[in-house]
Amino acid sequence: MVARFADLEERARAANASGRLTTELLGITMENPVIPASGTFGYGYEFAELYDIDLLGSFSFKGTTRDPRFGNETPRIAEAPSGLLNAVGLQNPGVEKVISQELPRLATCFSKKVMANVSGFSIADYVYTCEKLDGEEQVGWLEVNISCPNVHGGGMSFGTDPQAAAEVTRAVKAVTKKPVLVKLTPNVTDITAIARACEEAGADGLALINTVLAMRFDLKTRKPLLANTTGGLSGPAIFPLAVRLVNQVKKAVDIPVVGIGGITTAADVLEMLMAGATAVEVGAANLVDPYACLKIIADLPTVMDQYGIKTLAEIAGGAAWN
Amino acid sequence: MKQEFLTIQENTCLAPGVYRLVLDGVSACGTAASSSAEAAPAGTAAACGLAAIRPGQFVNLALPGRYLRRPISVCDYDAEKETLTLIYKVVGAGTGDLSGFRPGMVLDVLTGLGNGYDLACSGPKPLLLGGGAGVPPMYYAAKELIRLGAEPTVILGFNTRSEVFYEEEFRALGCAVTVTTVDGSYGAKGFVTDAVQRPETAGEASPYSYFYACGPLPMLEAIYRLAMADGLDGAFSLEERMGCGFGACMGCSVHTADGGYKRVCKDGPVFRKEELPW
Repeated sequence: MVARFADLEERARAANASGRLTTELLGITMENPVIPASGTFGYGYEFAELYDIDLLGSFSFKGTTRDPRFGNETPRIAEAPSGLLNAVGLQNPGVEKVISQELPRLATCFSKKVMANVSGFSIADYVYTCEKLDGEEQVGWLEVNISCPNVHGGGMSFGTDPQAAAEVTRAVKAVTKKPVLVKLTPNVTDITAIARACEEAGADGLALINTVLAMRFDLKTRKPLLANTTGGLSGPAIFPLAVRLVNQVKKAVDIPVVGIGGITTAADVLEMLMAGATAVEVGAANLVDPYACLKIIADLPTVMDQYGIKTLAEIAGGAAWN
Repeated sequence: MKQEFLTIQENTCLAPGVYRLVLDGVSACGTAASSSAEAAPAGTAAACGLAAIRPGQFVNLALPGRYLRRPISVCDYDAEKETLTLIYKVVGAGTGDLSGFRPGMVLDVLTGLGNGYDLACSGPKPLLLGGGAGVPPMYYAAKELIRLGAEPTVILGFNTRSEVFYEEEFRALGCAVTVTTVDGSYGAKGFVTDAVQRPETAGEASPYSYFYACGPLPMLEAIYRLAMADGLDGAFSLEERMGCGFGACMGCSVHTADGGYKRVCKDGPVFRKEELPW
């Protein structure tokens, strides 16, 4: 059933129209910096039932791989204080079906440029999938995920070694004209080494952080709660960690950073921009409140007023402090 | 899917660890435009959209202090009183909190989730099988099937006498009700499948026109085997740990018979027998 909440939409629309939230990310101008993160927004359809998702800056659709994937067995979800663990394992129909079925349907509810999140198990995988998505008009950016903690033999293993991260980045850049953001994992000793390696290999921007590798046990069964045993922690629990890593990375590189990790409110967005982010992705919040991103956009002008911020450009990219 | 702010009317213990939660769809019905439940304006029944709730669907309750919502099946919806009844089992800390919530408290609820039972498949003599926490959704299904002119046979399974709930409520609807307990302390001894009437000879048709089943996985698998043997068609509601409950996170996917996958929350929780790979 279609249910729209006119007031929230109106406020978000007015916020966009004010021009105060205007954000440029790698040559693409967005009405606001709010981007639902990959894996928390599907292809947008479920949210489009609730509100006009064209009010978003953009969104990053479900991580795509070369071949279809079921992902991990269930349980894939476990709760945490102020967050959740997930071990979905990159379930997706594969790039061919994403292009033939999901993107045409996505275009019926979203008219702006969308971010394509890509994962792989080898450099050839990343290249194959990115090359296919490079041909899609609506894809504005490629977000190369070298940081999924829930798959074996690929995913995060590229994101924990500077040389491997650089190789993926270089290979992908060679097959696409679209701006490439490399999505980094926090599960490393020194994230700046990985960030710099990606920048040197030609990354146009960086997106961080992916989830934090975590684990929970079931006291009744005395076994891990997740079938995959470990999963990625997201939600407000990781927000301060993400703010610190974004700030560290921003100081280490000269390319734009998209801040991700536990963002839930308009105030969180401002904090992440002050730390060094140019735009933000909102993940877990979408799962517990399907209106989370719309509320953030609608609330931004009021919260900006509260702190004397006229436009986001004043603070974005850590302009006010570094 | 809709987000509603509903007031607790009743939250009572039916059996050890099993509670009935009655939510008022009128008094606190609001819109998602307000970020806090307290600020939710009063709304009309029509604006609530509760009337669109179908048997077999579920709601997802936000619990103060817990990050994830808790998905709970719909036990009943009363259009006249505009009340939503949920029966839940305390299985962890979240449902433990819930059992302590008092009438008057307002809950943030996502309603109308999942596909629900396809009642058009029922035929004249549907068989309804509920086991433990799988009993509640059968109540609304039975009520609606009777309203549509069917004569449901209801089999409710529990482990032991003290766990039994809702037998009288089902009888009051006018259903033929059998209760089974695994230890034989109440009703017929055994599992729900032991109380199902089977065709006497091979080739004879099942006395039922269709089945609807909800309960623990071993029970559903046993029903699947029985239904295959008897040539009986039907549907199962599945349970899975969920992230969002509305199809966004892929946290609750199950394998399907065609080699693909479906989301329990959005494509289910009700699956036709032929969709499952058992």
